[in-house]
Amino acid sequence: MVTYLFLAIFICLMGYMVYFQVLRSEDFINSSYNARQDSFQTRITRGEILSADGQVLAQTNTDAEGNETRYYPYSNLFSHVVGYTSKGKSGIESAMNFNLLRSHSFVVERAVNEIQNEKSMGDTVVTTLDTSLQQTAYQALGTYQGAVIVLEPSTGKILAMVSRPDFDPNTLETNWDIITADEAGESVLLNRATQGLYPPGSTFKIFTTLEYMRENPDYGSFAFQCNGSASVDNTTIHCYGNSVHGAEDLKTAFANSCNSAYATIGVGLDKGSFAKLCEHLLFNKTISAGGIETTKSRFTLNADSSNGLTMQTAIGQGETLVTPLHMALIASAVANEGVLMKPYVVDHTQSSEGELVKQFEPTVYSEEFLTKEEASALQEYMQYVVTNGTGQKLAGASYTAYGKTGSAEFSSDKSQSHSWFVGYAHRDDKPDIALAVIAEGAGTGSTFAVPAAKQIFDAYYQ
Amino acid sequence: MVNLIVELSKYIMIILFAGYTYECFSVLGRKSKEKQARIFARQTALMYLLHLNAYVVIFAVTQEFAQILFYLAQVILITVVLNCYQIFYPKASRLVINNMCMLLMIGFIILTRLNETKAVKQFIIVTISIIITLLIPLLIQKLKFFHKLTWLYAAIGILMLGIVAIAGATSYGAKISFTIAGITIQPSEFIKILFVFFIAARFSASVKMKDLILTTLVAALHVLILVVSKDLGGALIFFVVYLVMLYVATRRLSYFLGGILCGSAASVVAYKLFSHVRVRVIAWRDPLSVIDNEGYQICQSLFAIGTGGFFGLGLYQGMPGKIPVVEQDFVFAAISEEMGIMFALCLILVCASCFLMFLNIAMQIKNLFYKLVALGLGTVYGFQCFLTIGGVTKFIPSTGVTLPLVSYGGSSVLSTLIIFGIIQGLYILREDEENEYGSKTGKRKKQSAGKKKKKETGFDTEFEKFSE
Repeated sequence: MVTYLFLAIFICLMGYMVYFQVLRSEDFINSSYNARQDSFQTRITRGEILSADGQVLAQTNTDAEGNETRYYPYSNLFSHVVGYTSKGKSGIESAMNFNLLRSHSFVVERAVNEIQNEKSMGDTVVTTLDTSLQQTAYQALGTYQGAVIVLEPSTGKILAMVSRPDFDPNTLETNWDIITADEAGESVLLNRATQGLYPPGSTFKIFTTLEYMRENPDYGSFAFQCNGSASVDNTTIHCYGNSVHGAEDLKTAFANSCNSAYATIGVGLDKGSFAKLCEHLLFNKTISAGGIETTKSRFTLNADSSNGLTMQTAIGQGETLVTPLHMALIASAVANEGVLMKPYVVDHTQSSEGELVKQFEPTVYSEEFLTKEEASALQEYMQYVVTNGTGQKLAGASYTAYGKTGSAEFSSDKSQSHSWFVGYAHRDDKPDIALAVIAEGAGTGSTFAVPAAKQIFDAYYQ
Repeated sequence: MVNLIVELSKYIMIILFAGYTYECFSVLGRKSKEKQARIFARQTALMYLLHLNAYVVIFAVTQEFAQILFYLAQVILITVVLNCYQIFYPKASRLVINNMCMLLMIGFIILTRLNETKAVKQFIIVTISIIITLLIPLLIQKLKFFHKLTWLYAAIGILMLGIVAIAGATSYGAKISFTIAGITIQPSEFIKILFVFFIAARFSASVKMKDLILTTLVAALHVLILVVSKDLGGALIFFVVYLVMLYVATRRLSYFLGGILCGSAASVVAYKLFSHVRVRVIAWRDPLSVIDNEGYQICQSLFAIGTGGFFGLGLYQGMPGKIPVVEQDFVFAAISEEMGIMFALCLILVCASCFLMFLNIAMQIKNLFYKLVALGLGTVYGFQCFLTIGGVTKFIPSTGVTLPLVSYGGSSVLSTLIIFGIIQGLYILREDEENEYGSKTGKRKKQSAGKKKKKETGFDTEFEKFSE
């Protein structure tokens, strides 16, 4: 028995090592603390990063003396998502550092290089990013600071990721001191699409609606008379622009983005179960996005919260903060019948000659993210926003658009707000795309974010 | 060019070592002495080739002429060892000798790569230790009073451990060693052998309740002193060895399970009581989250293993120097990084092969005292391998023990060689036992030896099946 016990232990140990190497080692290998990565640079030329449509996003140029410079043909356009590799690393340059510094080129060629003491070419990283969509998204944001993220709901592929203000990675080293001094307080290096924390404004009503649906299976019979405001205890919530929406059911309240109705709904909710739902829907959780740096969205409501805070929270103000990535994922799960796919930005790696090395397959993040019924109810509501509510600028296109607008107040000046749109579009001949648009201080969702989303949808379905 | 040699060699070395490892186990099925001899000859050849290949790489990279001399010195040492055993102890287990030499060679290779000064030191220590330990099998055969020194073993053991606990030097939070005349000694490495002898002597004399309790108390005292000195790895080894020997001597599963229960309870208490235990557990659970402090070492180790991958980065191509105490407790990570996980897996199998041979001898020997000694030493060896390899790969929390014969460290090498020497002595003793037995029973021996043995040893039948 002792012998078998020990043999079993040895076998477990070996099994564990294989398990570690196959499944767990990436976390460790890719850690920025792992100094080994850089030692490869002496023998391998850092590989290229390509867009899904084959454009070069980053490449290494070597001059006659053998000095290497990293060149980014699109300058500012992909600055955050592709990232940089001087002065530390970020974005894909950081996430795929190890792969870019391994060479799977032809064995004989590598051997010849070794003998001649020349560097071999590192592997190429092919992303899921689409150059023209990225360009459209970038232009759609105009001069505003903010972020746009575009996903394919059925796979989780990230098609575009824009964050502004941006920087030119080609001159990052020269401008490093100015950028990091950050006298204007712009946090240029922050990837707002995955790390920017914003109040969700009315886009949060998606969550409130879901919780109401879960607590009230007969939500269809919800009826509310909007007089322009709602008061509980000492808190009064006004509808945007002091509009009076009159008689509403849940769908019209959602489409009108009626604050009075939602504040009232909020007070009636079970706060504990609301918090639980939000945790399930990725609040306070690290979202993995293929190695791109992300920040956790924040939801603080609990069973002991005051009614005032609950009303604020229900309409997307209060203490709640979200990342654009998070909101795009919610839209994408609604589009994908409740199944959430894991977002990723690298499709595959290949040798410098183009031979496939490693394919990254779409994986399910959560099978039961939303139930099918919830997803289809939200689809109906989000479509109604476009046909009859705050998103009407998206109506009448060649595709069907779905979404929720938001105008998130971020300072004591109530006239200023961030402009949000979260949604997706469908047309039978192409895969759906989901997106989140936020433009800082650009006003209401319908004034800026909806037309911006339209530009992106139009470009995709043209 | 150099890189090409390095790259090619890493694959060749894996193939050679895999071949060697395969032979370790293929020999178990062979009955014929000639076939066995052929396998051992093949193993020896693979061993020399692997060693040669490694030093070709070392020379190619360092371009130091001294490395060739060092290589030759090692070849001479290994050749002398192999021949000495063949001449003086023809009945000794060839497999154990081969494994011992193979592990020593791997130790030399990786230490040369990590730290040449330490490699040379290690070589000197090994040479001296081998000369001393070559006498051990002879002593085992000639001296018949080992089972009578019961209380002497315990007295020396407790005294030495006590001295270290009070006056020892602290290294990495544990008091485990003291220095005399420039030589640092780690007494627990030797006391574990005395401990095994003490327990074996007690249990072979009597397993009556009264004696069991006394033995257990003395054993517990050993473990307690080690815990107080914060030598967790040592304490664990002593504890497990005691449990295994207790179980085999009494055949009471309840004792074994009860012991494990007590051990678990004690671990929880230790976790609550000692901060250095908590630190290890935290570092084990999520090392990346505490990488700047507690998790630094284990993270560096996992970076090394992970980056090395299945085939390794090649000698001198990694950064094993980033791992603290890489030559001692974390040598396995360095081997895995530069020579590959494949190589490391083979290394585990070779350790397992040694362990199997130890227990095999324990099963077959009839003298109860020696049987328990072989079992105890086998457990010491096997469990120590598990602790160190499990620790560096984050399978279990790191306990800070060395990989026998491979890690740098005089006490570790000498004590392991003593264990190997004792085992060889017992192996020869068993061969003699068998011959005596054979001559008495004459022709019947061949047909019924197996069945007969089953009745006479106190082991399980499944044990027996294995030992054949």
